Amino acid sequence: MTDHAPIIEIRNVTKRFGKVAAVDDVSLDIRRGEFFVLLGPSGCGKTTLLRMIAGFELPTSGQILIDGQDMAGIPPNKRPVNMVFQSYAVFPHMNVAENVGYGLKIAGVGRAERDERVREALSLVKLDGFAERRPDQMSGGQRQRVALARSLVMRPKVLLLDEPLSALDAKLRAQMQFELSDLQDQVGITFVTVTHDQDEALSMASRIAVISKGEVAQLASPSDLYEFPANRFVADFVGSVNIFEGKLILDEPDKAAVDCPGLGKVYLNHGVTGPHGADVWVALRPEKMYLHVPGEGKAVRAAAQDAPEGYNFARGVIKGMSYLGDITLFEIRLDSGAMIRASRPNLSRHDQEDFTWDDRVSMHWRADSPVVLLG
Amino acid sequence: MPLFARTARAPLEYTRTLWMRGWVGAVMLFLYLPLIVLMAFSFNDSKRNVVWRGFTTKYYAKAWENDQLWGAMVNSLTIAAFATIFSLIIGSLAAVMLWRFRFPLKGAVDGTISLPIIVPEICLGVAFLVFFSTIGWPTGLVWPFNLGAIIIAHITFCFPFVAMVVRARLATFNREQEEAAKDLGAGEWQAFRDVLIPHIKPALVSGALLAFTLSLDDFVITFFTSTPGTDTFPVLVYSLVKRGVTPDINAASTILILLTVALTAVALKLQGAKALAGTHS
Repeated sequence: MTDHAPIIEIRNVTKRFGKVAAVDDVSLDIRRGEFFVLLGPSGCGKTTLLRMIAGFELPTSGQILIDGQDMAGIPPNKRPVNMVFQSYAVFPHMNVAENVGYGLKIAGVGRAERDERVREALSLVKLDGFAERRPDQMSGGQRQRVALARSLVMRPKVLLLDEPLSALDAKLRAQMQFELSDLQDQVGITFVTVTHDQDEALSMASRIAVISKGEVAQLASPSDLYEFPANRFVADFVGSVNIFEGKLILDEPDKAAVDCPGLGKVYLNHGVTGPHGADVWVALRPEKMYLHVPGEGKAVRAAAQDAPEGYNFARGVIKGMSYLGDITLFEIRLDSGAMIRASRPNLSRHDQEDFTWDDRVSMHWRADSPVVLLG
Repeated sequence: MPLFARTARAPLEYTRTLWMRGWVGAVMLFLYLPLIVLMAFSFNDSKRNVVWRGFTTKYYAKAWENDQLWGAMVNSLTIAAFATIFSLIIGSLAAVMLWRFRFPLKGAVDGTISLPIIVPEICLGVAFLVFFSTIGWPTGLVWPFNLGAIIIAHITFCFPFVAMVVRARLATFNREQEEAAKDLGAGEWQAFRDVLIPHIKPALVSGALLAFTLSLDDFVITFFTSTPGTDTFPVLVYSLVKRGVTPDINAASTILILLTVALTAVALKLQGAKALAGTHS
């Protein structure tokens, strides 16, 4: 077994509950030492997949290998993985040290070594001095750290986390995102996390598998997932996006163009290798739009810098605005009647005053911003 | 000390109104006056329990020396102890089975398990009488084996109560805790012992209390299943009362009351300490 081999191999795994396939023929490899995230809406099968790795559900068909070993017929208590549960599942009748030491006690580790490892684990999750505390005297965040320590103390090959941050408030969640990443760097264990929160996934993951209806919709790094979504589901689920239907009117190795009835003509500075005249979709992120005051011709000139005249340019009326502090989000009704969302960073304190409701506005976007989606 | 008019009464402070205090007092009196009279008359210096004739403790001494009363008391406590232990085991296992597993006829089992609670005691009593005489249950065994029939009958009507209490507690169990234990290496039995049992402990304590007191004061079913020499305290008291209530019965009853109250207090205290630490998940 080399270090390059994946730590977890999922091969054609299907899980049916009655007639419904919760997980449908999924194959993916999870690399040694990575922070892998299974991202998807609720009910997409991501938790089922995680529970199959842990051994709490058995695949209807297919194979799961952990560190090269087939897990078929191996119960949860014999697998080299540990899990942090969504409810944390800290044992309420044991104190923190007893909780963290439980697995070691079951494994028959001696008292002295156990105490030492429990202390190390508690210090790893920054709970030094909490050993005698009882779970009902702790906050949700602290209980989660107990659950983390309890799993990490077992030195698993893979740590599984089921919606680890969903029960925490926003500030604590942001802090724990960083801490989990740091922790993973520190211990070097492969983390596999399930979440429905795209921010969580983007900020922590080394790679993300987006799951939709039991299938992998896309497997990519966070930035690839965001900037180069493979299909409409991923584009829409990860981040906010405008999607327009159109026809592919030009497709060459170094350029392509799509005619969208809703948005106008869109020019791209790369090819898309789709059939000519095909129905495609153009995805355009709100933050990739530049807004201008109309009549000055600035939008037209800016668009013309990297696209032919008449491309990558639109006009409309502001119908909705939400000021979010760092950015302002605009809902604009284009002259075609279609709605589009655009955001604008508030680089100076008075930027939000530039536009208001019912103002006419022009916009342009760069030739490398739109993504053409074939499915 | 002025009782009222210190501060305005808050909307939910009902206990600060006079009529509410009076009502509560009346209810308490209604509930406990007979018991108080029973206890008071155990100190009555008279052969007949009608008129107060002065204080004495001689009937406690008399009860103490009454072998018949002693025998009945020991029988009652022995039966209650066995019935409690077996009801606890059978009842909690039944509760776990119904909560945990799916099996054929589960609905039927679920429905019939609490039947002994619903069926009138007199019917159960007659049923046991007929059953034990039909199968020819051996009589004349040495103590404590001569209590076997009564113990079996008591287990039958006690364990559904245990099952009921334990099941209510199981409904609040977070299954992820059991999974967490297994995830950390625990086998089926270890997870049961280390996670599930501690969770249902308060229910086990109250179930045991329930079974013990139910068994201790049962008259009807015991009456039908008892044979010569197996009189329990309630059955004996019944037979004695036919000849008139004497203060030594009062004395023995008072001791029994104090015993059960003390036992309950101890159990509740034990359970309370555990429950405080164990109910949050």
